[in-house]
Amino acid sequence: MAAHSVPSTLKRLLFAVKYSPLQSRCCAVQREAQYSTISIPSEKTFDKILIANRGEIACRVIKTCKKMGIQTVAVHSDVDSSAVHVKMADEAVCVGSAPTSKSYLNMDAIMDAIRVTGAQAVHPGYGFLSENKEFAKRLAAEGVAFIGPDTHAIQAMGDKIESKLIAKAAKVNTIPGFDGVVKTAEEAVKIAQEIGYPVMIKASAGGGGKGMRIAWNDEETREGFRFSSQEAASSFGDDRLLIEKYIDNPRHIEIQVLADKHGNALWLNERECSIQRRNQKVVEEAPSTFLDPVTRRAMGEQAVQLAKAVQYSSAGTVEFLVDSKKNFYFLEMNTRLQVEHPITECITGLDLVEQMIRVAKGYQLQHTQDDIPINGWAIECRVYAEDPYKSFGLPSIGRLSQYQEPLDLDKVRVDSGIQEGSDISIYYDPMISKLITYGATRAEALGRMEDALDNYVIRGVTHNIPLLREIITHPRFVSGHISTNFLPEVYPDGFKGHQLEADAKRELLASAAVLYITAELRSAKVLGTQRVASTPVECSHWELCVELGEERQDVEISKSGTVYTVEMDGAKVEVWGALNLASPLLPLTINGTQRMLQCLSRDAAGVIVLQYLGTLFKVRVLSKLAAELNSYMPEKVSEDTSSILRSPMPGTVVAVSVKPGDTVKSVHCKPGETVGEGDLLVELE
Amino acid sequence: KEEAISLVTRVKYGAVSATVPQTSLHRSCRWYSVSHLSVKERIDQKRQAALQGGGQQRIEAQHKRGKLTARERVQLLLDPESFVETDMFVEHRCADFGMEQDRNKFPGDSVVTGRGRINGRLVYVFSQRGNSILCDILFVLQDFTVFGGSLSGAHAQKICKIMDQAMTVGAPVIGLNDSGGARIQEGVESLAGYADIFLRNVMASGVIPQISLIMGPCAGGAVYSPALTDFTFMVKDTSYLFITGPDVVKSVTNEDVTQEELGGAKTHTTVSGVAHRAFENDIEALLNLREFFNFLPLSNQDPAPIRESHDSSDRLVPSLDSIVPLESTKAYDMLDIIHAIVDERDFFEIMPNYAKNIVVGFARMNGRTVGIVGNQPKVASGCLDINSSVKGARFVRFCDAFNIPIITFVDVPGFLPGTAQEYGGIIRHGAKLLFAFAEATVPKITIITRKAYGGAYDVMSSKHLRGDVNYAWPTAEVAVMGAKGAVQIIFRGKENQAEAEAEYVEKFANPFPAAVRGFVDDIIEPATTRKKICQDLEMLASKKQVNPWKKHANIPL
Repeated sequence: MAAHSVPSTLKRLLFAVKYSPLQSRCCAVQREAQYSTISIPSEKTFDKILIANRGEIACRVIKTCKKMGIQTVAVHSDVDSSAVHVKMADEAVCVGSAPTSKSYLNMDAIMDAIRVTGAQAVHPGYGFLSENKEFAKRLAAEGVAFIGPDTHAIQAMGDKIESKLIAKAAKVNTIPGFDGVVKTAEEAVKIAQEIGYPVMIKASAGGGGKGMRIAWNDEETREGFRFSSQEAASSFGDDRLLIEKYIDNPRHIEIQVLADKHGNALWLNERECSIQRRNQKVVEEAPSTFLDPVTRRAMGEQAVQLAKAVQYSSAGTVEFLVDSKKNFYFLEMNTRLQVEHPITECITGLDLVEQMIRVAKGYQLQHTQDDIPINGWAIECRVYAEDPYKSFGLPSIGRLSQYQEPLDLDKVRVDSGIQEGSDISIYYDPMISKLITYGATRAEALGRMEDALDNYVIRGVTHNIPLLREIITHPRFVSGHISTNFLPEVYPDGFKGHQLEADAKRELLASAAVLYITAELRSAKVLGTQRVASTPVECSHWELCVELGEERQDVEISKSGTVYTVEMDGAKVEVWGALNLASPLLPLTINGTQRMLQCLSRDAAGVIVLQYLGTLFKVRVLSKLAAELNSYMPEKVSEDTSSILRSPMPGTVVAVSVKPGDTVKSVHCKPGETVGEGDLLVELE
Repeated sequence: KEEAISLVTRVKYGAVSATVPQTSLHRSCRWYSVSHLSVKERIDQKRQAALQGGGQQRIEAQHKRGKLTARERVQLLLDPESFVETDMFVEHRCADFGMEQDRNKFPGDSVVTGRGRINGRLVYVFSQRGNSILCDILFVLQDFTVFGGSLSGAHAQKICKIMDQAMTVGAPVIGLNDSGGARIQEGVESLAGYADIFLRNVMASGVIPQISLIMGPCAGGAVYSPALTDFTFMVKDTSYLFITGPDVVKSVTNEDVTQEELGGAKTHTTVSGVAHRAFENDIEALLNLREFFNFLPLSNQDPAPIRESHDSSDRLVPSLDSIVPLESTKAYDMLDIIHAIVDERDFFEIMPNYAKNIVVGFARMNGRTVGIVGNQPKVASGCLDINSSVKGARFVRFCDAFNIPIITFVDVPGFLPGTAQEYGGIIRHGAKLLFAFAEATVPKITIITRKAYGGAYDVMSSKHLRGDVNYAWPTAEVAVMGAKGAVQIIFRGKENQAEAEAEYVEKFANPFPAAVRGFVDDIIEPATTRKKICQDLEMLASKKQVNPWKKHANIPL
């Protein structure tokens, strides 16, 4: 289904022409969008929709509205007044200051914006007010359509216990467990035996892994009960414990559902979201390598049963944990459009936002379950402004001094709400974009993702592309052998960047040397003057020394035409490429393989920072003479950091529990103050 | 020997004294007995002695200090095999204190001089031999202290010779300074040598670019040669510049101060403004100097150099459309604008850590060297004060002297008020920047990004000071002052201040008042700034403008 109909293609073209001055990049996305909006001219939905969100999801919703001929209203905080979603929308209303509680969560201001602009419906995106039943109620009271499920469904699925009970009643597999409080160790053992090992004992008031124990037999259950109740008592002042089945090597697989207000519901296949850090998804794909058609159908049908049980309408997601034996258990239902919805759109061809708008207007679903295909494979990487070397990602902030999405590549979709010059601030989610690639097979989609990550230019903030590229090329990921523990298992000591093998290291050093030579040759190209050496020596052979970390490598380079032959360690590397020294991208052919490197900086002292295989490497290239003499240069003593505390990430200081005199010499921050990464917070005595 | 290095000796030079680390004693005297050799052999032997400097041990001692020898520095600075040495056979002429003996004479004396090329372009160089030769051998011979690399009459004569030639052919002079000061044995001859160099520094000023890289101690009278040159760079931790050392300071003012605090790279690049930039070590300094040299024309008769550019001249910079915050009190980084506009984001900033409220430095537009001046809203709102005025003025004058077009980015709320500034002479110093912009005849392009308030608007390369092309961004506010202050004066004592303020903003806090009077030539989209500047520079390449004849102007020093 979903073949591009002529009218819709035309519409897309019109769209591209009309809005290109606003957001040329977004239009480029449109060209290759892996979903198609099929608006039926006679099917009138809304004249004007307000999008109560910001960033990429606001832009995403606006795009579909444009295609459907719907006017759009953006809301924004003061700091977002020149944000992309504001520029894309037909109208924009400022709803308050930067903190989300004052703007994007400010229901009064948003209700005012709806009244002022006369919007007939509101798309809440995800986060913010998307699952807020109060907001849905207030909209209903004013006769404004909420593009999402009914209040009843939001409420039912919003409560963890109630949703589990409803799911149980709807014959959806739930994690076996004891719903009441366990009083004694012996009772715990009895329940554990009933559930079947392994089991998890956890604090009723728990969170963050505190008061949580996994037990594989009776003995461990007794012990676990004791420890957990102690820990729960001390951590939460509440020693009540629950027991449930422990899911070994769990995968997080979710089913997209779509339902209308007429009792029809479909499942749009699954999304595999097991690659997570701190319970936040990092890489998602659809379909999952793990599910067979039978399991998929079973999960899909249960998801639909649940949706029907709560009279669900609109798009929603039913999350499951799947164990190594393909047993699946209901986790929760998200009553909104998910961040990772694009991969479902890629494999099914549906425009979920369009379907949500239709359903909100009361139309019946256009499709039946048999219409829903799995066409190819889609991968999504969440590109974040964060430092992946710190706990797989601590937020980073800054201004995107250079920003170039890899949209000239085939079958790449980038959902973003920022552009070159945008600020990533501490106020909002540090997501830069969602990078989606698509292919007939998983291998094809993964290959494209590698290229897309290598071609993605982001400067001004630290980003997680090094980690993303490592994940998608890791043998365990490539083979599909993943679970929610993937990151801590694969990188038990934390992420350290790409580990270079001998060949790759030679390629990197050779590339740096070639870049150095290109810059050196260019320096001598002074135009329009007679006052240069009358017999310029066209140099074609160089002896250099390239340093990477502690390693030093002598290299010899000879140039013939545009081919550089770099010799080191008795091995030869051939590098071909006419480099543009102004471009952040360095397309090189190294020993016959095409590689996209990026140059982040290049200074007079020979230090070149290259992004190679996703990771940043600091290489230093010096002439042989300079390298020999460099060994005499004194080592600079770096700052003694044993007695100071610096901020690991930018943010707001919530509280300061020490004052000068009590074990600290000085305090350099105040509660409520914003600090940057590396700012001095406290000096110890 | 290690502890000997830390030995510190003191030498009096008139009222001046300086302190330098002194080296260990080596009992390895070289003995020249040349009479029985043929002339050819004598030439070879002298040449060899000149090349070796103080011998392997001396070289090693210098390396141990984290410093390179004079000759190594020259080799690194210049293109391979391009160095042509002069006066290798010159020896000092001192006849006192046993200095006249052959064994105390060294071919080339305590400085290496000559010419060479940097990326194919001619340059004259002198490189003082620091503590590396004369110090040791004289120390062995005579039991009194001598600074290495000390300046003898012969030493000065060698430097003067290359400076004279640099002037006649029109090529820059780079001095690699590493000298203990005057050679005490020579007395007044040494002082005369300094003056000879000073005079040439002054004569060459504005004719050929002169650059000093301080790579060791430079104290007493010696500091004035770098001070007279166009740019002074320093090496961190190993170079010092001061008139009098810590000991004299202690005895005169009773201040306790270390060499580093008194005259180290940090002091001079952040507090005093004596040095224009500092680098980590000898190698980084020399490599950066090569990079810096690429920006400079060879003389005042040569145009600003044009290097092959990989950055297209009509590149649009969309990120600039949103760089100026909507609130006029909010800061942004002028460097973001500069990096985004210039070729390949390549900006060689001058004095990056001094008077940070103004940014100056060199960049290229479509390959051609330009001087950039910009107010920095991030620091003190980008206001002009004493230090930033002087910093900007000296840079503008350099550009004007050497045919380098000046591009000025304006976001200035005015001059900094206060007694400190008034007592310090902000009127006199602010006038320097005004003077410099007004007298400059090189192409001048000005972009008002936001505020251009009051007298500071006039100063910052305004149309009134013969700006060739003056642009305003849509965010520009050219006015006598900010809305709040203006309203308080115009509507003093009246109610509805807020309304009045809004009226003022509507009327004046935008580019129109200036544009309707022709004080800006156009209001441009920020994204097109690079493209426009490149086109304008091409047009202005043939600009000819001459100031009235005068002996010289009288800038308010």
